Amino acid sequence: MDLVTIIFYIFAAVIVISAAVVVFSKNIMYSAFSLLFTFFGVAAVYVLLNADFLALTQILIYIGGILVLIIFGVMLTTKITGVDIKTGITGKFQVGLTAFLAAVFFIVLAIMYSKVQWNVKSAKPLQDTITPIGHSLLTDYILAFEAASVVLLIAIIGAVMIARRKKS
Amino acid sequence: MGQHIITLYDWLAKLSNSDLIAVIVVAVLPLIFLVVYALVAILGELKISAFIQERLGPMRTGPWGIIQPVAEVVKLLQKEDITPEPANKTLFNLAPFLMFTAAYAGFAVIPFSSHFVPAGINLGLFYIFAIGSLAVIGIVMGGWASNNKYSLLGALRSVSQIVSYEIPAAIVILTVVVLANSMNLQVINEKQSGWFWNWFVFGGPGSAWKILVIPFTVVMMLLYLVASLAETNRTPFDIPEGESELVAGYHTEYSGMKFAMFFFAEYANMFIVAALVTILFFGGWNSPFGSFMSGPFWGVFWFIIKSFFFVFVQIWLRWTLPRLRVDQLMGVSWKFMVPIAFVCFFAVGIWVMFM
Repeated sequence: MDLVTIIFYIFAAVIVISAAVVVFSKNIMYSAFSLLFTFFGVAAVYVLLNADFLALTQILIYIGGILVLIIFGVMLTTKITGVDIKTGITGKFQVGLTAFLAAVFFIVLAIMYSKVQWNVKSAKPLQDTITPIGHSLLTDYILAFEAASVVLLIAIIGAVMIARRKKS
Repeated sequence: MGQHIITLYDWLAKLSNSDLIAVIVVAVLPLIFLVVYALVAILGELKISAFIQERLGPMRTGPWGIIQPVAEVVKLLQKEDITPEPANKTLFNLAPFLMFTAAYAGFAVIPFSSHFVPAGINLGLFYIFAIGSLAVIGIVMGGWASNNKYSLLGALRSVSQIVSYEIPAAIVILTVVVLANSMNLQVINEKQSGWFWNWFVFGGPGSAWKILVIPFTVVMMLLYLVASLAETNRTPFDIPEGESELVAGYHTEYSGMKFAMFFFAEYANMFIVAALVTILFFGGWNSPFGSFMSGPFWGVFWFIIKSFFFVFVQIWLRWTLPRLRVDQLMGVSWKFMVPIAFVCFFAVGIWVMFM
């Protein structure tokens, strides 16, 4: 095995183990912090797939933004209500149904994986990802890009409107 | 990059016939530098604060007290490592290491010289910015796991401050990307080669008309310096650890080696910030005097001298300015820095379009 393959398996193990902690941990703070390693591992896999821009965006948005928001939400609500939030088993029926659906989904995926003829072709490693992304965002996908920016602007203005002091 | 440069990595790989050894050496070199730098910076902090306050500072350990940092580190190493009873042990122990990892990860893309950058990726600037958000998680983890109201309040303040000041910093970084046409820190450095008037703080290379853009670039440099001070939780933005209100903020409960890790992470962040100011606005490893004293080894010299100057500026400000109040802090970022940064971005964008 070469270095890249070993690194891939290390990160794959990190993703699987930390994702398992997210799901099975009783303490919701452990789940939230474990999500950090899941996100980070996924970013590492993106890097190995030559998608470095996507990997860094993953770190910036998911770890720097969404994860902080989740942790804040959990932390503040725990401290305010004084009740330690624990994830528990909600009911036998729900657990059974979820397990069944997950098993079916897994079997379908496994059958698909073994049946489909995958056309694998080793891709040329990209020297520069950011320039093509920038070009296509401002030429072919300009409408989606502008629409997203307008939506974000509306969200910012809306947040300011909600948060500002009411004149009494 | 136009011509192919034999980097330190290539040279080591050829010398040892093994990529693995070259990878390890290139990855460990910044760590060695960081340890030495931290000792120098601790001494600098002690001596500069002493000078500003008209004291002598440490004088007993070695001549003029220059071995004081070593004594400080030894002291921290042999202190008792206390974990408070109600703390969450796992997260409490994990947080300092996460903080240091986040700080050290930033060193991966810092170009120390034209021939040495640990990872010369095209997204260097974006990488530093993204990896900085990991530190936020470390702070929250430490603050929450300590199970102490001061720690938690410090962590909350720190995170809100970092998240707010990231915005003006990001806009300034974007402006530099517009000027340099690249996110690769090495390319940004190469664009500023030649005499010191080619540095981006003086508008970058161009004709005499760049005098129109110089006011904006200087303002951008100052904005970035201020925002980066806030991001590293240094005075005047150190309300997360303001002694008068919060004991020591998010690392109140830490002692011994774990406190030293937080301390190390703070100094590493100070250097990264100083290095970024150097790279973005002051030419990085370029000599200020054209081809005089330039080259791969002089590059290291210039880069470290310039970066240390900005580390000095941070220490100097810490002992000169009082800290901001909590309610003023957010106002400074959102009401002053963000609009000014947008104006600069707009002006530089127009200038780049017409030049």
